[in-house]
Amino acid sequence: MTISATIKTLGLSALIASSAALPAVAQSREDVIIAVGEQGPNSLDTQTPTSNDYTRLVALHVYDRLVKHGVKTLEDGTLVYDKTEVLPELATSWDVSEDGTELTFHLREDATFHDGSPVEAKDVKWSFDRAVEAGGFPLIQMGAGSMTEPDQFEALDTHTFRITVPDGNKLALPDLTTPIPIVINSDLALEHATDDDPWATEWLANNTAGGGAYDVVRWTPGNEIVFSRFDDWKNGDLPAMKTVVYRQIASAGTRRALLESGDADVSVGLPPKDFAELADSDEVKVIGVPKQSAIVNLEMNVNMPPFDNPKVREAMAYAIPYEAIMSDAFYGRAAPMFGAEPGSEYDVAWPVPSPYHTDLDKAKELLTEAGYPDGFESTIYLDLSRATTREPMALLIQQNLAKIGVDVTVEKVPGSNWFSKMLDKSMPMAVTSFHAWLDWPEYHFYWTYYGANNSVFNVASQQDEALDEMIQKARFETDSAAYDQEITGIIDHVMTTLPKIPVAQDFMDVAMQNDIEGYVYWFHTFLDFRTISRAE
Amino acid sequence: MIKLIAKRFLSAVPSLIGVIIVTFVISHTLPGDPAAYFAGPSATAESIAETKARLGLDQPLPAQFVTYVGDLVQGDLGRSFNSGQPVLTDLVRRLPASFELTLYALLFAIVVAVPLGLWAAVNPGSWIDHLCRGTVTAAAAFPSFFTALVLIFVFYYKLGWAPSPIGRLAIYFPVPPTVTGFFTIDALIAGDVGTARAALGQLVLPAISLGLFALAPLARMTRASMIGVLGSEFITTARAEGLPRRKILWTYGFRNALLPVVNILGMIFSFLLGANVLIEQVFGWPGIGTYAVEAVLTSDYAAIQGFVVMMAVLYILLNLGVDILNMIVDPRVRYDD
Repeated sequence: MTISATIKTLGLSALIASSAALPAVAQSREDVIIAVGEQGPNSLDTQTPTSNDYTRLVALHVYDRLVKHGVKTLEDGTLVYDKTEVLPELATSWDVSEDGTELTFHLREDATFHDGSPVEAKDVKWSFDRAVEAGGFPLIQMGAGSMTEPDQFEALDTHTFRITVPDGNKLALPDLTTPIPIVINSDLALEHATDDDPWATEWLANNTAGGGAYDVVRWTPGNEIVFSRFDDWKNGDLPAMKTVVYRQIASAGTRRALLESGDADVSVGLPPKDFAELADSDEVKVIGVPKQSAIVNLEMNVNMPPFDNPKVREAMAYAIPYEAIMSDAFYGRAAPMFGAEPGSEYDVAWPVPSPYHTDLDKAKELLTEAGYPDGFESTIYLDLSRATTREPMALLIQQNLAKIGVDVTVEKVPGSNWFSKMLDKSMPMAVTSFHAWLDWPEYHFYWTYYGANNSVFNVASQQDEALDEMIQKARFETDSAAYDQEITGIIDHVMTTLPKIPVAQDFMDVAMQNDIEGYVYWFHTFLDFRTISRAE
Repeated sequence: MIKLIAKRFLSAVPSLIGVIIVTFVISHTLPGDPAAYFAGPSATAESIAETKARLGLDQPLPAQFVTYVGDLVQGDLGRSFNSGQPVLTDLVRRLPASFELTLYALLFAIVVAVPLGLWAAVNPGSWIDHLCRGTVTAAAAFPSFFTALVLIFVFYYKLGWAPSPIGRLAIYFPVPPTVTGFFTIDALIAGDVGTARAALGQLVLPAISLGLFALAPLARMTRASMIGVLGSEFITTARAEGLPRRKILWTYGFRNALLPVVNILGMIFSFLLGANVLIEQVFGWPGIGTYAVEAVLTSDYAAIQGFVVMMAVLYILLNLGVDILNMIVDPRVRYDD
């Protein structure tokens, strides 16, 4: 009696609650967008080393950059950013000196910050100084365009700003489209600066001082961020959505349910299996684009036996069950990076498919030649925070290797420990991945194969002077024919020496309601709500 | 009484010190380097070293501990890497969410389990008894996150009865001005019945998923205690006197049987507060459980330590509260000097 009565009362109150919410929804849903994802920003200030990845989402909407990339439409109608086209955002025009060492920007004269004060060159100067003084990731990203010192930035007059890049790095201009060199309202920020904190990092972590298309109206760390449109925005087309709500829901199952029932408009970061299933249904649409300059590898430490033997690495390349990984680990939400016609020319791009395919007999033969006819024992490491795809991948590889006598164990490393594990260079085999914001092959190689900087992503511990020289040459090559040849040369080199075996290029997938339009794939992979609208 | 409370507080001090040392040591020996984590993509050895220095992690452990205790004494629990906020701010903001959920879960558990237990005790060995045992065993046997997902699937996704599992309040409702931190109560205080209903609606599924977990101990305790009481001499005497069954069961049986049940409520509450962790993840509930999980996943030292210290303090206060309540309710209970 009591039980059923209780359940009835509770069920009823839930019913009342949901029906009470409906009229409110119907009124305001038109210009509100609700997005759900697993994680969110830990600060409103992206220019500090401890700011997490999601602070770029804030930077993107709240702050403007000098320039942006154009957008192009692919054959299937998908909108993607166009790396070859640089367009005005805060700067209306710019001049680049012949040798590429001086970039002069002319700022939009009527642009204002959210508080109504004009955007001036001194604000740009202060913001860029701040980005390089911050250290950590902001400095690294600025460094990608050879901008590392405050004296490289100069406010010529109120609306003219100059950047000096001594080495003429061609990535300087594209680097300005990333969400790190953003423009902050320096007067407002300086009001909150102290002697101990000259860059107002304390204040900017919890407050905004921008002039972007949106401002933050509510932020509950770990739970929700709400953006509201800045109606006086001059640096682009006024966004269609007045309010953007981004809620963090840790459970992927809940995020999917919210999307399928129509309570959420957009969901990011679902497991590939869910994206594959949603893509097959008509209820919602899934837009997936292979992440630019992104690759998932099986990587081997070239200093640790038996992987110091190139023949063993080649054997591994023939032992990976590529097709099974594509279907059972990625559920088709990735582009194959294997099975190219051996001996054919490589494209001037990265990643490109490797000339390897699954051939266990050949793998066995190579192992015998290398002196391991009975196989060996080893360990494959993977990043636990990406276990959804990496774990099945490692297990499938483990099964196949067992068939040629190679006995591997799978070791899962907690996400918080993965970076230090990579830094250690102590993993004999690892499922690794890399994704670059700047889509230039030599930039990708600089972070992943370049021995001289031996970055954290050089898990293979590759130290190859010939390769380093090729990479360095390509970075500063001015002749385009020579450049093409150098890139294909590097690709040929890494495909032969094989410190990393390319497997897949994973998709950046976003699931959304059918009436959501204007989603653009960006190199940073974050949703840009400025272009999103709802069909009438 | 005052003396007793003071004494209980003093006796809690060594456990607190122990908790602080142990959490510090454990969280710092966890695998994981927050500096490497936060130096992020494109990190180099230098940028990691620099991040380390900024976070104060380049100091030797004892030095870090001294700094930590010094801050702790001033009520500074440090800053969370994940939220970028002081840990104390995070906890104070999130605690009411978890408390509200836990209280409603406890309420649900009591409303279901106590009558069930009584009913079973009055008819031991009957089909009702078996039903009681079966129900509570099944409820305890399923992992709570699984029950939660099933409830969402049925009541939200399939039937559409429950509101979206998107946290404490659906997106279009205003957050009520904070008085108690409980949305259902604050909204009523503000006179906003619609928001109060919505907040209650959001609570139903998570509270049931969490409450199911507490059914077993509560129902079993009620049943056992009631059977014990019903078999005792004063009930036999009452029966022999020919008192009506209703009077025997309710006035003499039920009241006495309830004492041990009240006794374990404190324990169950703290146990549910801990069990929150998975439920909060599923329902996007912005409580301390979600906070703790994320902190552990990213080796967020300050947040882990703050969470554990706060839980320890809560447990100590809760136990103290239960003890005092016991003395008031049952004059037989005395804690000797």
